[in-house]
Amino acid sequence: MEVERLAAALAERFGVKARVERDGGLTVPCSAADLAGVCETLFTAYDCAFAGLIVEERDGWTLRHLFYSERAIIRVVSRSDRPTFPSISARMHAADWHERAAEDLFGIAFSGHPRLGEFVLHEQWPEGTNPMRRGFDVRRPSPRPDAAAGWAPPRVLHAPGAFSMPIGPIFSGVEESVHFQLETVGEEIVRVIPRLFYNYRGVEAIARGRTIAAVLLLAERFTGTASFAHATAFSRAVEAACGVAVPVRAARLRAFIAELERLRHHTAAIHGICSSTGLAVAASQAAILEEELLRLSAGLTGHRYLFGLAVPGGLRRDLADDDCRRAAAEAGAIARRLEGLERSLARSSSFLDRLEQVGIVTADEARRYGLVGPVARASGIDRDLRVILPYGGYADLGLRVAREEEGDGYARLRVLFAEARESARLLTALADGLPDGSVSAPIQPRAGEGLGWVEAPGGAAVHWVRLDDDGAVAEWRILPPSFANWHGFHLAAEGFAFQDFPIILATFGLAAAENDR
Amino acid sequence: MSRWVLAGLKTGIVTTGYPREEESAPGVTPGRPRGGEVADPAKIVARCPSGAISAAGGGVVIDRRRCVHCSACRGDLPWEETYEWATVAAAESGLGRPFRGSLHVLVVDAGSCGACLSEVRQLNNPYYNMHRLGFFITPTPRNADLMLVLGPVTAHMHRALRVAYAAMPGPKRVIAVGTCAASGGVFGPSFAAGSGAADAVPVDVVVPGCPPPPLAVLHGLLVAAGRKEGAG
Repeated sequence: MEVERLAAALAERFGVKARVERDGGLTVPCSAADLAGVCETLFTAYDCAFAGLIVEERDGWTLRHLFYSERAIIRVVSRSDRPTFPSISARMHAADWHERAAEDLFGIAFSGHPRLGEFVLHEQWPEGTNPMRRGFDVRRPSPRPDAAAGWAPPRVLHAPGAFSMPIGPIFSGVEESVHFQLETVGEEIVRVIPRLFYNYRGVEAIARGRTIAAVLLLAERFTGTASFAHATAFSRAVEAACGVAVPVRAARLRAFIAELERLRHHTAAIHGICSSTGLAVAASQAAILEEELLRLSAGLTGHRYLFGLAVPGGLRRDLADDDCRRAAAEAGAIARRLEGLERSLARSSSFLDRLEQVGIVTADEARRYGLVGPVARASGIDRDLRVILPYGGYADLGLRVAREEEGDGYARLRVLFAEARESARLLTALADGLPDGSVSAPIQPRAGEGLGWVEAPGGAAVHWVRLDDDGAVAEWRILPPSFANWHGFHLAAEGFAFQDFPIILATFGLAAAENDR
Repeated sequence: MSRWVLAGLKTGIVTTGYPREEESAPGVTPGRPRGGEVADPAKIVARCPSGAISAAGGGVVIDRRRCVHCSACRGDLPWEETYEWATVAAAESGLGRPFRGSLHVLVVDAGSCGACLSEVRQLNNPYYNMHRLGFFITPTPRNADLMLVLGPVTAHMHRALRVAYAAMPGPKRVIAVGTCAASGGVFGPSFAAGSGAADAVPVDVVVPGCPPPPLAVLHGLLVAAGRKEGAG
C-alpha cells in the first residue's frame, strides 16, 4: 500500500489533506466529525494495523490515532479545545479500551461510547480523578481504604443456574495480580470479565518533568520480562525526537540482545503452557532451559533480565564479538533442546488434547480487536514490526515470520516454538556479522516529539515522547502489546470449559505489569 | 508416558548445592556495586539515577533499599558477584523450632514488574528446587507461614495484601522481595504506588535487588525460617 494512494483515497472520500512525511509516513489532519470514518477506512478498507491512541493536553487537546502498514506509519490527528471527542469504537472495536483508558486517565468524554467509567482507576478513587491531566499532583498519596470493595461486574448473566466465579487478584501460586469474573451456567464459561490494573503504578504520569535517564529506568522496569524491548523503544523515541541516528554496531547489538530476550521470553511462555497442563517433566525441561538462558544473559550483559544496557543513542557499553559468538552458540544449543521438547510434546496426545481446538481466536476476531504478536500470528495475521517497519539492525536478515491458521492454543504454542527457533538463527547471523565501530552516539536533547517502536516478545510496542526545552521528558506514552491482547483475551476463553481456563490464559502469554503500566 | 520418565532420568540432577555449599556458576546473580573509599565521590553520587549512593567520609555508601543495580556506576565502584543479600528488618525474625522443617509460602504480586515474580518462579525449577529445603508455594493465605511481597504496593493492591495477611494464621513472617517492596523503588512513593511492603504489612526480612536472583530470595526464606544469618 503506497501512502500516496492512501492519501488520495482519503482526500477523495473525506476531503482531508494528508501530508506525506520525510520518514515515508502519513499525517492525516482530521476533524472530529470525520474521525470515525477516516479511522474505519484505514482499519477496515485498507487493512492498516491500529497501534493505539495517544492523547496530549497541550494548547487544547490532541488525539493521535496511530496506524501502520507496509513501511509507513499513519497518524490521524484530531484537535479540540475541550476534552470532548466522538467515540469511534463502535466502528473500530480495537479503539475500545484506548478510549476507556483515556476517559479514565485524562477525563475525555467520548460521546457515544457504551461503557465509560471505572477502568484503569478502581472504585476507591474519588470521582473526577484524572492523573494524566496537567496539574495533577502525582506525589500526593491516593486513598487506600481498608473497607470492602464495592466492585461488581457491569453486567451479570441471567439464566437458570447461572453463577459467577471470582478469581484473583491473589491466586494460585506465583502469578501476577489480575481479577477474573467467570460467568457460567455449569461447565462452560459464558462470559469472561477481566479486571486489570492492580499493578497500575502510573509510570506515564510520574515520568513528567523527569530527566531522560530517570524515565529510562521506568521504561526498563515497568515490565521486567520485556525490559530490553521497552527500553529500546523508549530510546528510539528519544533518538527520533533529537534527530540522532545510532551507530550501526549499536543497532546490530540491540537486535542481538532483543532476540536473546525473545528466546528467553518464549521459553518462559512455553514453560508456562507445559505447567498449566500439569505435564511436570516437560515443564521442568522448559524451566531448565529458561534458567540457562537467564544465566547466559547475565554472563553476557551482567543482568539476567538485560536491564541497564539500552540507552538513548545506543548501548551503555560494548560487548565483545567473541562473547556474542559464544553466547549465540550456547543459545543455539539451547534452542536445539527446545526443538527436542517440541517433538516430544507433539507426540503426547494427552497434552495435545488440552490445546487443540481449545481457546480459539479466529482471524476475523483477531483483526477486529487489533491483536498483535505471537497471538495474532497464530490466528493467521503475520504482522511483525521487524518486517513491516524494519528498524535498527533487522535489515537484510531475511526474517521468517511464523504463522499458523487455527488460532487455538496449539497454534499459539507452535508459533512460540517457531519464533524461538528463528531467534536462535538470528543470534548466530547477527553475531557472525557484527560491524566495527562505536556503540553510542551523543544525545543533544532538544524540544520535540518522537516515536519509537519495536517488535517486543509479546508483539508491537510503541513509545512516544515529547521533550521540553530543557531536554526533560514532558510527555511519555506507552502502547504495549499486552494492552491489545488482554482486550481480546475473553474471545479465547468464552465457550470453553472451566478447566481449560488456566491453559488458555497460559497460551496467551500476557503480562499484567506491561498492560497496567 | 514412559518417554517423559526417560527424558527426566536422562537429564540427571542439576540442582545447586546451596545452602550446603556456595554456588559459583556464572550468571546466577547480576551482582551489585559495593561502597567504600573512592577518588571522586561527588561524580559517582551525581551519576546514580535512583539516588541510592551518597557520599560519606571520603567514600560512598549505598542504600541497598534504593539501589536497582542499573550499572551506571559500573567501572567506578567494585562489583560484587554475591547473592546472600537478605537483611533482618524486625527484632524477631526466625520462626522458631517448630517451623524449621516445612514452610508454606504465599506470593503476593503487589505491583511488581514481573522480573521479581519470574525469579521467585525459578525457585521451583530444577536448578533451585526449593522443595528439597521444605519450602512450598501455597495458593491460599490460610495455609501460609510466610508471605513474599513483591512490588511497591500499588494503591489497587493495598487492600488485597492486607486482607491476605490478616487471613494467615500466626505465627507468620513477611519477606519484602526486591527494591520496590523494600522502598517503593523507581515507582514509589507516588499517587499510585506505595513506598514498599512495610506501608501495608509488618516486614520481617528484606531481600533487596532489582530483581534479587533466586538464590537471594532463597537466602531470605532461610533467614525468615531462622536457618541462616541475615546479611550485615
